[in-house]
Order: sequence, then structure tokens, then C-alpha cells
Amino acid sequence: MATKLPKEPVVVIGMGWAGGIIASELTKAGIKVVGLERGKERKMSDYLMVHDELRFQHREELMQDLSKETVTHRNNSKMRALPMRQYGTFIVGDGLGGAGSHWNGQTYRFLPYDFEIKTMTEERYGKNKIKADYPLQNWGITYDELEPYYDTFEKMSGISGETVELYGRRSNPYPTKPMLKTPVLEEFEKAAKKLGYKPYMMPSANLSENYENPDGIARAACQYCAYCENFGCEYGAKADPVVTVLPVAQETGNLDLRTHANVTQILNDGTKATGVIYVDTLTGEEFEQPAEVVVVASYVFNNARLLLNSGLGKPYNPADGTGVIGKNYCYQVSSGYSTLFYNDREFNLYAGAGALGIEIPEFTGDNFDHTNENFIHGAGIRSTQYGNRPIANNNVPIGTPSWGKEFKEQSIKYTNSILQVKSQGASMPHRQNYIDLDPAYKDAYGMPLLRITYDYTEQDKELVKYMAKVTKSIAEEMGPDHIDTVGEQAPFNVNVDTNTHNTGGVIMGAEPETSAINSYQQMWDAENVFVVGASAFPHNSCFNPTGTLGALSYRAAEGIETYLKQGGSLV
Amino acid sequence: MTDNENNQQANTTSTRRAFLKNSGITFGGIVIGGTIGGLLGNVKEEPTEQPAPAPVAEVANPNVALMFFTPDEYQTTNAAVERIFPEDENGPGAMELNAAIYIDHQLASQWGVNAKDYRLGPFYKPEPTQGEQIKLLRQDLFRLGLKRLDNYSSENYEKQFLDLEAEEQDGVLAAFEEGKAGSISGVSTTEFFKLLRQLTLEGVYADPMYGGNKEMLGWEMRKYPGTRMGYINEIQKKDFVELEPNSLQSHMGHS
Repeated sequence: MATKLPKEPVVVIGMGWAGGIIASELTKAGIKVVGLERGKERKMSDYLMVHDELRFQHREELMQDLSKETVTHRNNSKMRALPMRQYGTFIVGDGLGGAGSHWNGQTYRFLPYDFEIKTMTEERYGKNKIKADYPLQNWGITYDELEPYYDTFEKMSGISGETVELYGRRSNPYPTKPMLKTPVLEEFEKAAKKLGYKPYMMPSANLSENYENPDGIARAACQYCAYCENFGCEYGAKADPVVTVLPVAQETGNLDLRTHANVTQILNDGTKATGVIYVDTLTGEEFEQPAEVVVVASYVFNNARLLLNSGLGKPYNPADGTGVIGKNYCYQVSSGYSTLFYNDREFNLYAGAGALGIEIPEFTGDNFDHTNENFIHGAGIRSTQYGNRPIANNNVPIGTPSWGKEFKEQSIKYTNSILQVKSQGASMPHRQNYIDLDPAYKDAYGMPLLRITYDYTEQDKELVKYMAKVTKSIAEEMGPDHIDTVGEQAPFNVNVDTNTHNTGGVIMGAEPETSAINSYQQMWDAENVFVVGASAFPHNSCFNPTGTLGALSYRAAEGIETYLKQGGSLV
Repeated sequence: MTDNENNQQANTTSTRRAFLKNSGITFGGIVIGGTIGGLLGNVKEEPTEQPAPAPVAEVANPNVALMFFTPDEYQTTNAAVERIFPEDENGPGAMELNAAIYIDHQLASQWGVNAKDYRLGPFYKPEPTQGEQIKLLRQDLFRLGLKRLDNYSSENYEKQFLDLEAEEQDGVLAAFEEGKAGSISGVSTTEFFKLLRQLTLEGVYADPMYGGNKEMLGWEMRKYPGTRMGYINEIQKKDFVELEPNSLQSHMGHS
């Protein structure tokens, strides 16, 4: 029997970027917030021993404990879904800061095209361009409406970058200058310029200079130590909720932060939530926390799972396309890339930063003509310098054995002599790609796991082929001794490393028939429930999702504040 | 403190210890004979004279001991990792780098018993896209895999894996990689091979505190500087800047 606690105005589930921003904004406005985090507490000084590739990257120290909770996967509805028993393709953050602690820090805005993708695609290419099986939707908000929230997020986190002509209008330049341009990035830059493109430095949450944000939080500049992705930053140079929004919220005295608190259910009467049930993961004790407003701000997977396990919102039905919870699950495609091998040049590839990179804007969104292509949207074509850690980076030319004498020779020979031109492509929703509850497998608390039914689509495969050719043309211009280009999209494999940019499942939109939440991330079916995160994206763009997630979180915080005053639907 | 200073201090200490041991001849009441006694020559006759400094004894590494393997399993693992990552003109192979010690320690750890993996049933045979669905714990899969290495070697060469020529060992490992070497309690030999390959690379390149990457020689071979607080001075250099490797131990002084 759960211990019932006194009622609070707001309970937030998950203390990553989404939950951290909302906690920070509401507590600054004087509103009491209970923050529930299933993982452990965390502070900057904990990161002093993070330069350990094995522990953090290969043993996933900062990630969710899969023995307690995982997802199941199948490529299509004819297959039996099986649990992801160990990490492969995506990693899910855990503990204070969530994925905002272990991310690389690449912080883009989505394009104006993204927010009105259906309208703009039909206007330019006609109604038949989008095939019937692709439930493409506008987002219920325009880029211009979201711009001020992007601006707020970038100022809070101190994003380093440069304005790009082909992207959406900016009310302000980036708060800090671009990251350092290195010889590795200059190779890409020279070649891209020769081909007529306009390369720009990737927008970065790894601070290029010392910075104090509007909340008075001062952070030090990045030292290019090469331990970003999978790691926390011991300098606080990488924006992380643990060194930005969470201390601000705690300073107000209005945040009641409870770690090791895993929410299993949102209590509701079908139209309104009354609170949540959570388990203390250390003791097993159960608590009921009543609240005026419930904010669901955990990871994409768990946002959808909590709603489904709580009977909130109408589950998506792939047979007839009705229902919304679980709809439009998307991912990203990055299988089109070229690897460049140099025989007589060495680069300082041991050094780097998670958002140190250079990119061209010409193949993103609808910045090129798709009239003769069998796909829409596009990809960021880029070279990055994260710092090549030795267990993870043993690249050899295609055809080299994966072990033994030749493997050792080649992998050592090219350790510091290998560059890549990569693509990160957008992911469009498909009617048969969705998430729901698994009928067989359960988590450590007896609740059904989330089931992902997903495979790459024809659209994805065409996009990958096209982008691979673009990467090859730039690679050739860079003039290495050998190039390997990969350009075929294999079936989705839960064990093959790609990225962690999962989106959708609790999508936003203009109508309750086709979306779960409005542009304030308020549920159409339960006005006091706000579901915040990349779960709100109706499709996934070709950019890293955190910038857009951050902007939507600021908008949600504003909506919750208004709701607490006046109630009712905000749109 | 830098690693160099640490190493120097460790060397000094061990030299001093060796000297005390040698000059005393008796240590804890036991007469030191054999090799050490022999090295000292005529010390007995001139006990007041300091002997020439003895050759620096190799620093005993307490990490080189077995937590999990039997000595036989350790030897087989040593032979196998050396084929995955052999000694060559670049430098030492996985055997000398103590990859087998690393593997021993990993299999004895929580990771060896899949503590953070999803372990609830039912277990079904997966499609190739669904990831591993193996009920065996990693430490059991590895142990049974070593046994299968020997059995397969006996079936085909009438010898244990350890006693095969290098080329024969490569042939056995290739058969394992392709899943053509029978089964390990229902699991494909490919799964054992994947584990062996992954652990070998980790044992060569993980921080030396885990037992492998002896003296950071794995890192040195690929000019990897290991763990440093930053590279802001190197990141824009046109030429390659070679830095001596540091281990995570060098971060212990920071607070």
C-alpha cells in the first residue's frame, strides 16, 4: 500500500533537460515543484574521474540499468518483439541530468520547413509527393513562434556558433563565438568551399569561451579533452542540467528533489490526473504524490510508456491509423558516409570535443530541389572531431580482416590518419512504425515494457543513397589516399550503434484527432498533464534534437504557469 | 604529480627494497640463496662494504593474479588473445599487454555476471536484427568457449588449442568467428568469438587500472596520450603532437 503524501502544485517526472528547465522556470516564479528522478544524484565534481573509456562508454555507467527497464523491438508487426538485453544502438540516460549529462552538445534549431512540413511540401511538389503511408504532420506551431524559446535555451546553455543564411531567422546571434577551427575541420572546409558550399561551425554546447548565463551561472571554456559523449564534463564547459538549470531551481528553495524515485503510474480519472505513484528504487517503498499538475518529462520511451500504463490518451492503432499515443515514432539515418585514409599525414585525433564539427546547410530540409528524388527532407553533411578513443576507434579499409596481424597493422597505421565525411539524415514517420506496450515482457516493478515496431522506410533508403554520394564527392575533393563509401541502409538493428535521437510517440499538433498534445505540450485529453521532450516531435529532422527539445520545454513552462493561474485548455 | 614522477618513485622504492634484502642476506631469519644470493658474489666476506646497486628488479604488479580463471584457462586465453592482436614490429601483442589478466578481472566483475543486462525471460532465438538473446552469463559463455576451443582443436588436430601452431590457431579462431565450430551449450561459437575479440581490444586499450594495457604500451603504440585534462594547446597544431601517455591515476591528485 502506497504512503500518501500531502498534495503539491506540480510534480515533474524526470530531471533531465526537459524536467530541469520546467523546474527551474516554475521555481523561479515562486511555484513549488516536486522533482522525481529514478536515478541517482549527481554533481560536477563527480565527473573528475570520467576519462575512462571502458567504464563510461563501453560499460555505460551513466545509462539506465537495463536489468530494471529496457525496451523490446521488432522490425514489423509479423515478428515477435524481443527485449534489448544489453546496449547496442541507443543509450538511455539515467540520474540527475539524464541524457543531458552524457550528450555531445550539438545544439541546433530545426528549420522553418520542419514545423510546416506537410503544407510546404505539398505547396512545392504537389499533394502526391507525400505517399499515403507517411502520416506527415505540421507541428501546430511555426518556427517564428518558437524562435524566442530557442533564443532563451541558447542563452541559458551558452551555445557557441555562427549564423547560417539558409536556416531560420535569428533574433540574436549565438551567445558565444564558434568553437576552434582545427586542421581536421579545415580539410573539410577547403573541399566544401571548392564545391561551392558554405560550411559553418556546428552549434555547440561545449563552451568556446568562459560564459555567464542570464541566471548568473558562470561556466568555464572547453579544454578539448575529448571526453563528451557518454561522459560528464569535469569543467562544466558542456551544458548539462546538473550545472545549469538544476542548481538554479535548487537555489530558490522551491524544488523538492527526490532521487531514486521511479514513477510507475499517473493516477487519473480519464480526463484529469490526480497525482503519481512512485517506488523508492533502493528500498522498494511505494508512495502516492498527489498534485495539481503532472509534468511527464522522462525520456521519449518512458513518456509514452507511462501514459499507456496509466490509461491516459488514446493508444495508436496501426491498422486504421486512429489514436495517438505511440504514433509517429521516428529515428534518424546515418548510414551514408565516406571514410578517408591518408598514408602520409597525421592529425591530432586524440583531441576533440563532442560538438566540434563543421557542416554544410545545402542538403538539409528543403534547401535543395526534391522534384526528381524519391524522398523529402535531407541530411547534415559534416566532419567532426570528437576525439578518437582507442577501444571504440579501430577503423581499417573495407576488406581488411577484423582481427589478427593485418588488422593490428592497419588499425595502428591509420589511427591518426583517418577522417570521415558523414551524414545525419531526417526520419519521416510511417504508419507501421510505432510504439506500444509489450504483451509479454515487464520491468523490475511488474509494469509492461515499451515495444518498438520499427524499420527503415523506402524514403530512408533513398535518402541514404543520395547523401552517400554527396559525402563521396566532398571526400574526393579532400584528396586522401583511399576512400571507403557506405551508402546502403541495412534493416534497423537494435544491436548496431547509430545514435540516440529517438522521437515521437506523444506528438504535438493543431488537432486532438491527430496529435496527443498542443503546442504548450498540454495533453488534449487531460488538461493538467504536460508531456515534454522529443516525444513531442511529429517527425525527426536531420539535426540533433536537444535544441528543439529545450525550446519546447521553455514554452511548456510558460504554459504550465498560465494553466496554474487560469486552468482549461491553453489553445 | 605526473606519472613519470610516480614511476620514478616506485622504481626508487623497489631498488631500496632489493638493496635491503640483498645486503642483509638474511631476511626475516631466512637465508636468501639461489639467484639473489648468487648475484651478491662475495658480499659475505666484506659485509661492511656496500655492494654495487643490484639490477633493478621488475616492479611486482599485484594486479597480475587470477580472480576467475584456472591457470589452464588463463594460458588458453593468453594464446587466443595473442592471435587476435599479435606482437609485431609496432610493438607487443595482447599477451604481453596482459589482456588475459584484464579478461580474467572483467569476467569476475559484475559485468561478467550481466548485472546491468535485462535478464527476464522468456528467451527466444532472435532475428538477426534483434540483438543477442543469450541465457548464459558472460563468464560461463567464456569458460565454456575456452573448453570448446580445446575440444575443437582436439577434434581437428588432436592437440589442445595452446599446443597448436599459430596458423592452426588462426584457423580454429576463424571457424569460431564463422560459427562453424559446433555450439556452446546452444550458443553459436560466433558469440564467443565476438566476446573474445571485444575483450582483447579492451584489454589492450583500456586504462591500465583494469589490469591490461601493461605500462600503457597499448596506447604508446598508437601514440594515444591516454588521459589528460585537456588539449587546448594541441588541438589547432598542423603537425602531429606526440605526448607521453597518462593513466587515470594522474587525475587522483585533482579536487
